[in-house]
Amino acid sequence: MFVIREAEWLAPQVRWLVVDAPRIAARHRPGHFVILRVVEDGERIPLTVARSDSQEGTITLVVQVVGATTDRLCRLEAGEAIANIAGPLGRPTQIENFGHVVLVGGGVGTAVIYPQALGLKACGNRITAVIGGRSKPYVILEEELGRTCDAVLPCTDDGSHGYHGFVTGKLQELIADTANPVHAVLTAGPVPMMRAVANVTRGPGIHTIASLNPIMVDGTGMCGGCRVQVGGKMMFACVHGPEFDAHQVNFDELSDRLTAYRDQEKVAWDHFREQADPGHICKLAVLQ
Amino acid sequence: MNTADRMKIPRQAMPEQEPQERSHNFQEVNLGLATEAARLEAERCLRCRNAKCVTGCPVGVNIPHFMEAVAEGDLNRAADILFESNVLPGITGRVCPQEIQCEAQCIRGKKSTSAAVGYLERFVADWARENRPDQLVPPPSTGKRVAVVGGGPAGLTCAGELAKKGHQVTVFEAMHKPGGVLVYGIPEFRLPKAIVDAEVDKLRRMGVRIVCDVVVGQTYTIRDLLDEEGFHAVFIANGAGLPIFQGIPGEQLKGVYSANEYLTRVNLMGAFRFPANDTPVIRAPQIAVVGGGNVAMDAVRTARRLGADPATLIYRRSREEMPARAEEVKHAEQEGVVFDMLCSPVEILGTEDGWVRAVRCQRMELGEPDASGRRSPVPIAGSEFEIPCQVFIEAIGTRANPLITQTTPELKTNKWGYIEIDANNMTSIPGVFAGGDIVRGAATVILAMGDGKRTAAAINTYLAK
Repeated sequence: MFVIREAEWLAPQVRWLVVDAPRIAARHRPGHFVILRVVEDGERIPLTVARSDSQEGTITLVVQVVGATTDRLCRLEAGEAIANIAGPLGRPTQIENFGHVVLVGGGVGTAVIYPQALGLKACGNRITAVIGGRSKPYVILEEELGRTCDAVLPCTDDGSHGYHGFVTGKLQELIADTANPVHAVLTAGPVPMMRAVANVTRGPGIHTIASLNPIMVDGTGMCGGCRVQVGGKMMFACVHGPEFDAHQVNFDELSDRLTAYRDQEKVAWDHFREQADPGHICKLAVLQ
Repeated sequence: MNTADRMKIPRQAMPEQEPQERSHNFQEVNLGLATEAARLEAERCLRCRNAKCVTGCPVGVNIPHFMEAVAEGDLNRAADILFESNVLPGITGRVCPQEIQCEAQCIRGKKSTSAAVGYLERFVADWARENRPDQLVPPPSTGKRVAVVGGGPAGLTCAGELAKKGHQVTVFEAMHKPGGVLVYGIPEFRLPKAIVDAEVDKLRRMGVRIVCDVVVGQTYTIRDLLDEEGFHAVFIANGAGLPIFQGIPGEQLKGVYSANEYLTRVNLMGAFRFPANDTPVIRAPQIAVVGGGNVAMDAVRTARRLGADPATLIYRRSREEMPARAEEVKHAEQEGVVFDMLCSPVEILGTEDGWVRAVRCQRMELGEPDASGRRSPVPIAGSEFEIPCQVFIEAIGTRANPLITQTTPELKTNKWGYIEIDANNMTSIPGVFAGGDIVRGAATVILAMGDGKRTAAAINTYLAK
């Protein structure tokens, strides 16, 4: 069992969980993820490690409520425990001195770029973080990133905070500033956003890495459920990734494969809420 | 009883759940012999002095002595003989391909049918599990610590054998539950998970420590285990690796699975109980599986139980070349699985919204024998046709898992990425041994167990130095 030390709401439906996991904390590098199972009979899901503290023996997870498993996880409080956490998994981010690096995070994807910022900064890069959200409360980790990055540029769809528009709009501005050339871009977030980022950097030929989030089961290469096409080749995100050259990734296919269980995900979430909140009337059911 | 009398006894039939009924449930197909049938079957053994059956057993069970004890009704003694050579008999009695091992060597088989060693192994293991307390007397501790990487058949066997010698063993398992292929791969209807759990619990009572959620290669490197965690020896048995896909168009469609993923969802994650269990699996009215081994049989029979009609098995050679256990093929057929032999998929066809709708195949004919000695399939021009299906499962094998070798560069591998070992099962790193699928490529449970057992002996010798 993995005991939760701290549990806070970081944004609406976004939880910050600090969990005792000393073995994982000792080995965690930027880019790594974990696979966890909240309870017995629960699903195994991959989650990025936003931060680790090898002294304290903790890892920090940033989780958005999107279905049964994440809902179950986000209801846990400090002192409660997660049944299983395996990791760290995946290959770590390639940390080197690129020069000026722009990190582009969308929603909880910002939790992926946070450890990258720490690693890249320690390696001497100048870092600009472009972080997006629907509106102000959905922009996360701005303060934490501010302590590491040379500039943090929040973007909101509704203009309630920072730049009014998508992260790609801001990214285009940065690239247009020829006085401050961008040497590398790392991005994590919803698939449409990462695809848009790749499209922006493809023309100018800027080295761009995307952290992919396909459906996974075991996370050790055994099942192949997380396969993605990169440069026309089949890769397993869990052992070959999860970070790949964004210009080579087939995002359309990734996006489609992510919908494979949409119906079951809804059933599972309804089932969970019926048990967790007796009397709960699912709004989705009413709408139908 | 003389040999002539023994020869008169017919081979006892394994009671089974009716095919009609079992093709809709996940309960075990084979029900086990009754006591009298087991005794009679044991009398069929001719008690050969130079027993060939023992040489056919990868873990060398003393079969004639075992048979004699069963015939005498001394199940306690029979169990002792079994456990002496095999720490997981309840499992091997169910999943070993006896027809190409012990039973293939049985002299009776030359005249009629061989003695049913597998049925009796299962009978005695089940009896022992339910009727006798542990006979385990922990030996004095040697003070030596051994790390076993992987809680599958090779790892568990090695751990059990080392514990018998008094070594302190820790098994590191990557998943949340030990058992490896016994829990993620082999379905409940062939090997009930309660039996695996019981066998694993027995190892725990022997003093074996099992730590789940540790992915060696990631959580610890092999070096960490030796240098920082203080283990005197390591056994790498992390099993089969990445599933192979055929490389045909359409493999990214929704509804295409590797057999590993399909079986893991259903077995390890309990997707057949969805939504009581959280993990889903795509249910489809028509499912096709490509492959001819035990994994393909497990996948297609699972698909059948999840309601597929037809559940079709596609294989590019003919029935005779199929590597699956004979019993699995028979059971699959009884359960209504459709066999489409001499057939090879060339493309998976999808709907507009990205779901599988059919698999396009071509007919094959058998040509000259290939490197494996089997006649190789050759496509027949112009023979293409479609098999409608909404889920398509590929069970055509696996490649080496890279997790340990990529973080342990000094570990020597062959060109396919499998770990190289010497005659003592030791790798290029002193004190680090390896066995099972990560050495031999995808094979059977019992061959992995044989590796585990032999390596335990080698580790024991190594630690005594």
